[in-house]
Amino acid sequence: MLQTSANLAWLIALPLFSSAILLLIGKRANSWGHVMACIVSASTFTIGLVEFFAMQSRSAENRAVTQKLFTWISVGSLNVDAALLLDQLSICFVLLITGVGTLIHIYSIAYMSLDLDRRRFFAYLNLFIAAMLLLVLGDSYLNLYVGWEGVGLASYLLIGFWNQKPAYATAAKKAFVANRVGDAGLSLAIMIAFATFGDVSFSGIKEQTELASTTQLTAIGLMLLLAACGKSAQFPLQSWLGDAMAGPTPVSALIHAATMVTAGVYLITRSNFIFDAAPTAQLMVVIVGGITLLFGAIIGTAKDDIKKALAASTMSQIGYMILATGLGPIGYAFAIMHLLTHGFFKASMFLGAGSVMHGMKDEVNMRRYGGIGKFMPITALTFGLAYLAIIGVPPFAGFYSKDKIIETAFNAGGSKGLLLGITTLLGAMITAFYMTRVVLLTFFGNERWGHKDEPAESPALMLIPIGLLSVGSVVSGFFLARGEALVHWLEPVVNPLKEHHSGEFLSPIIVSLLTLTAVIIGISIAVNKYRSAQADLAPEKVSILTTAARKDLFQDSINEAAFMRPGQSLVGRLLKIDYLVIDGLVRAVGSVSLTAANKLRTLQNGYVRSYALMMVIGALALIAVIWSVTA
Amino acid sequence: MAIANYLYLSAILFTIGAIGVVVRRNSIVVFMCIELMLNAANLAFVTFARINSNLEGQVVAFFTMVVAACEVVVGLAIIVTIYRSRRSASVDDASLLKR
Repeated sequence: MLQTSANLAWLIALPLFSSAILLLIGKRANSWGHVMACIVSASTFTIGLVEFFAMQSRSAENRAVTQKLFTWISVGSLNVDAALLLDQLSICFVLLITGVGTLIHIYSIAYMSLDLDRRRFFAYLNLFIAAMLLLVLGDSYLNLYVGWEGVGLASYLLIGFWNQKPAYATAAKKAFVANRVGDAGLSLAIMIAFATFGDVSFSGIKEQTELASTTQLTAIGLMLLLAACGKSAQFPLQSWLGDAMAGPTPVSALIHAATMVTAGVYLITRSNFIFDAAPTAQLMVVIVGGITLLFGAIIGTAKDDIKKALAASTMSQIGYMILATGLGPIGYAFAIMHLLTHGFFKASMFLGAGSVMHGMKDEVNMRRYGGIGKFMPITALTFGLAYLAIIGVPPFAGFYSKDKIIETAFNAGGSKGLLLGITTLLGAMITAFYMTRVVLLTFFGNERWGHKDEPAESPALMLIPIGLLSVGSVVSGFFLARGEALVHWLEPVVNPLKEHHSGEFLSPIIVSLLTLTAVIIGISIAVNKYRSAQADLAPEKVSILTTAARKDLFQDSINEAAFMRPGQSLVGRLLKIDYLVIDGLVRAVGSVSLTAANKLRTLQNGYVRSYALMMVIGALALIAVIWSVTA
Repeated sequence: MAIANYLYLSAILFTIGAIGVVVRRNSIVVFMCIELMLNAANLAFVTFARINSNLEGQVVAFFTMVVAACEVVVGLAIIVTIYRSRRSASVDDASLLKR
């Protein structure tokens, strides 16, 4: 029997309540709304810490706590409680969401200080925190689904926050539609799970996994993977993430880098009992992760918009996590480790990019940056630390997490392991290349911003959160990997040590050396290419590969040709059928009775004598009928 | 005299009445034609009562007379009212109930 805790509901209720207040009170909350939102976010972090330390003081088997809120659905054999579950996996997410979330709330006070709608922005941020916490705290797929939809809504609202620009509103819509495809996958997975197990709670399904056939489990697994692809911007549903950068930069840092887009990784890790029993689905997970990590990295090399380059990098790094989750029990722990370290360094980079944009009058084109390091030393330093973390230089955070994934990939066994290992290694090299490119174009080289105003360093309210996050990107990897702390912590949830190591293909030290070599090659190519003075316009004569990467490897064109245009023409035709056939029938009935009525109306001429004549004729007709029937 | 002749007379009277209602414009005449039709029906009732040698037909004839008396009261009142407001007894003038 699990222990219960009364604190869990507050984690969700506080930000939800605060969001409702900010939205309902309106302009009167303009002066204090952002402060309240920050306090609420900080108090959820405090609750998270309290729960974490309480959890640490218990033995490994008794760490999970639960709280039943109310009986939600009780229909026939479907019984779903609105209940929360905080276990070793959820607490990682709770701390990441509330911790990074609080820092980003504080950062946003300064970043959004000139925006008239700052209160609404904070209301949406709090709504996001509430939904995301519900997503990771739900104890069944149905509870998770509510949070899943909630974060989708918050993401939509925040991407389209400046919806007065049509392009931004379109980006929000695109993200929503792409997410919807994934959501359909999740709801199908829930339905199949209910049909198979008669239950939708994690614990209920976990107990009955052996009873289901492999086909059923594979179907559930593939649908869950589709859901993860939508939310985590994985191939083939990845196209929305680049456009999602239309939202304010703190949103990109919180939702589209650190937390929401990693929900897919959470979903797969949470469903480990299904994927472990469905090898085909697990293989698909690995394939999707592998494709996306290269896909994102290649797109990242060609983007001149600093936020889009970082978005492509996010896509690629989540590809690493998804790939790791497909590698069996040990992979889950490494996926979560990379997720946590990525949360730190990517949020730090996005906030750094926001700081640069703040100093550069909202310019996002890196071709018009250059030499900013002199003017914004603190931003440059923190960005640099996060940069070293993401490319995986020891002893920064990314080194510990990414090396483990590469090592696990190589050790997956046989030609599959070799292929995956090379893919991840190649990904690491491209990552080093495009991140070095971003750093060189932004902070070094000649000044290309085309005006005399020197960029000024951002205010302390922005620099402190960036600083804390970059400290996290330096040390988090070491602390999580020390003595395999996270692996042991997550053991009760994902059983990472259940699988016996079937002989190591490559030892950790060789993998580290290989990765470092790949990273150094990547850096040196980038340094070689971008060391010299750059023009402030992107070169026009480029190879076909660069053109393809600039156009996101034609992902939009393919989506438009394969789904949007046929869909539009189908809808157009259906509309025509609806107008001609269905509406036509209704209109025919109407016009026939109208015409008939108009003809009949002329009989009503008002002359009593003509009415009398009609009565006579009628009576005669009646007599004739009776006569003909009886005679 | 054959009893059927009463029925022929009744039919003739009814036809005259019906034609009168349709053809004449003066509402008093139309009214009298209606009375003629009612009495033609009465004659038929009484004749059938005689033919079938029971009294029901004769009783119904009395009912018809009562109804006809009521109808005269109401009908004449309407005609007088219309005449007062329109200065005309023609049924074609009272044609406001048209489409």
